[in-house]
Amino acid sequence: MRRRLEPYLWLLFSGGGVVAALTLPVLVLLFGVLMPLGVVAWPSAAHLRALVDAPLVRGAVVVALTLCLFHAAHRIRFTSEELLGLRRWDALVAVLCYGAAVAGGVTAITLLF
Amino acid sequence: MAAETIRLDVARYRPEEDAEPVLQSYEVPLRPDWAVLDGLAHIKDHLDGTLSFRWSCRMGICGSCGMDVDGEPRLTCGTFLAEYGAGPVRIEPLKGFPVIRDLVVDIDGFLAKLSSVRPWLVREGEEPPLTAEYAQTPAQLDAYKQYSMCINCMLCYSACPVYVLDPDFLGPAAIALAQRYNLDSRDMDDRFDVLNLEEAVWGCTFVGDCTRVCPKHVDPAEAIQRYKVTAALRSVLPWSGR
Repeated sequence: MRRRLEPYLWLLFSGGGVVAALTLPVLVLLFGVLMPLGVVAWPSAAHLRALVDAPLVRGAVVVALTLCLFHAAHRIRFTSEELLGLRRWDALVAVLCYGAAVAGGVTAITLLF
Repeated sequence: MAAETIRLDVARYRPEEDAEPVLQSYEVPLRPDWAVLDGLAHIKDHLDGTLSFRWSCRMGICGSCGMDVDGEPRLTCGTFLAEYGAGPVRIEPLKGFPVIRDLVVDIDGFLAKLSSVRPWLVREGEEPPLTAEYAQTPAQLDAYKQYSMCINCMLCYSACPVYVLDPDFLGPAAIALAQRYNLDSRDMDDRFDVLNLEEAVWGCTFVGDCTRVCPKHVDPAEAIQRYKVTAALRSVLPWSGR
């Protein structure tokens, strides 16, 4: 069972890593550095709302968020299993971690659509 | 200068008298051109002939003299005593392997893993004449050459936390060697049956210590991650080759 699932989970993990690497540095630079320093003006709420009005953008946000959550879930699964010696409980830990990622994705969908 | 010495704390395990490994200290001459292996040879030749350790070529190519030096897996022939200042230097057998005696570990498990990945060129459906040549372009050679530098010294296993926690893990060198043949244009196998397993590539959590400690600058961590891509794509798209 796990043998067949692992490649898919890893693809989600690796996709999440790519998405996070592409988007997070830009967001941190904009919202964490350039905007607080006044180099770039803060966007208005109306501006941001107009941006996510397009269904395509909403879909992209959901995909990006969910992949990032799967990336985190995969890391938390293995890190917690190895640090806390939870290897025996792998099935449970995996369900909790990936379940949380799915819940996050569902939450994003209900909030955005 | 001539009188300068350094203390080596060497792990001793004599199964007939020790319940578990103990450290024994020896003072050896500290010379700028002496490697840790020279210090051990000095002990064996002049101080205590009962000390057991493996070594062969003394030039970093045979892969026999890997030991844990001050907590790091190293080839003792390529690790100089002068690196450790005034000492002492702690020398222990490679972590993660059963100890047979003193610094000698049992490598049977590793050898079984190595042969399980079919580390040879697999060809099918042909009986070429003995004089047949398989020419490769420089690019085809580059695709696998790095992985062919492995000397089976097992430092990567000793550094790998996954292997140390789970001795059934196929491990860095065996997977890198499988990739050495997978990526060879003359090979016709992709070793999916032995690599796409929980105890094989999917056991790796990409700590990367295997690559850090490799004395031959092989990158086993990269080999494993690349095979994960191959295996994942082959699982998702069953019709895709490699």
